[in-house]
Amino acid sequence: MTAMDAQTIIAKRIAQELRSGMLVNLGIGIPTLVANYVPSGIHVFFQSENGLIGTGPMPEHGMEDPYLTDAGGRPVSALPGACAFDSATSFGLIRGGHVDMTVLGGLEVDAQGRLANWVIPGKMVPGMGGAMDLVSGAKRVVIAMQHTAKGKPKILKKCTLPLTSVRPIDLVVSEMAVIAFPDGRATLIETAPGVTVAQVMAATEAALVVPGDVPAMRL
Amino acid sequence: MKTLPVADAVAMIPDGASLMIGGFMGVGSPEPVLDEIVRQGKHKLTVIANDTAVPGRGIGKLVGAELVAKTIASHIGLNPETQKQMIAGKMHVDLVPQGTLIERIRAGGYGLGGVLTPTGVGTVVEEGKQRIEVNGKSYLLETALRADFALVHAFLADYLGNLSYSLTGRNFNPVIAMAADKVIVTAEHIVPVGVIAPDQVVTPGPLVDVLVAHG
Repeated sequence: MTAMDAQTIIAKRIAQELRSGMLVNLGIGIPTLVANYVPSGIHVFFQSENGLIGTGPMPEHGMEDPYLTDAGGRPVSALPGACAFDSATSFGLIRGGHVDMTVLGGLEVDAQGRLANWVIPGKMVPGMGGAMDLVSGAKRVVIAMQHTAKGKPKILKKCTLPLTSVRPIDLVVSEMAVIAFPDGRATLIETAPGVTVAQVMAATEAALVVPGDVPAMRL
Repeated sequence: MKTLPVADAVAMIPDGASLMIGGFMGVGSPEPVLDEIVRQGKHKLTVIANDTAVPGRGIGKLVGAELVAKTIASHIGLNPETQKQMIAGKMHVDLVPQGTLIERIRAGGYGLGGVLTPTGVGTVVEEGKQRIEVNGKSYLLETALRADFALVHAFLADYLGNLSYSLTGRNFNPVIAMAADKVIVTAEHIVPVGVIAPDQVVTPGPLVDVLVAHG
């Protein structure tokens, strides 16, 4: 493992998936960090599902607007060209396939790319918020998550937790690997610098398709 | 439309009423009305809203005062009080995907019986619902929601009840304003007719029953 921490590796690698002109929705947690690594020359629109396109960084202290917040209720700013709308429009954008890419956290992903990320029955019942709509409707779904939890794989043959959607996600980026799901099969696309294919396979319960040449992430 | 002091506006709400309440994590919620509901101790309420905010803010005030018997929301994760009352069996909570919740409310306000959405197909959200195939794609039938009262917070309200909103304070507000029998509005600023230009009006005045006067 390099000196770069897991969250930074994940956020930097996902930022490479951004293309100019994309409308992108970032979930809470590691996904939020992706905004810090947008490659230079790339201009994307970030949507906040509470009703804003053009979300910008937190304003200086004393410059907050109580009516300008992210989905967690924290103050944000708005970039030039920003626009505001109600929740029906916000989820019309999401469910209607107008959001090009969403980045969400994950608890478990199965071998076909189906995601569980909203509830741990009996332990954590926060509600699904917008997660089910985002996975059902965004054009591309990228999951940002640590490869294992307390040493146990999170990419499993079958999810043990309730699914967020039956629609398979497109990409998992962890601190160890990039995994895609072409034809419904978990396929190793890249490994993190200093991580071997064997290490990724050992930390993954689902069977992985491993192409002949697996490049390292370029961070 | 009537203009009333907040105490008189809230006096219209009986115990056991169903309330749609604007706000997203407390942003854009009608705080003076919520404070007055707590003061008057209205109880056994049903709350339909995006979330239950955080303790001490927005809908969190009603939850903290244990006035809510049932909540229909998409997210309760930032209010430990809601979770505590749910686990203790004091409050019934229906969790609904956010996009489905707002569409059910929209349907209620727009005279529709419900909507067909792909969200939730094949998940626990599907339990007890009808699955309908349209052009080879699966959808869930999600039924319309209405309430006795919509508690709306606008940025500007004119003397006729025309409303506009500010940025992320808009959220559920204009949608719930269509979906309740009585609409009670608080506004950051109450302005003369004409200050909100016709093209800038988001919620038409005739939808508003009560505009809460500043205290």
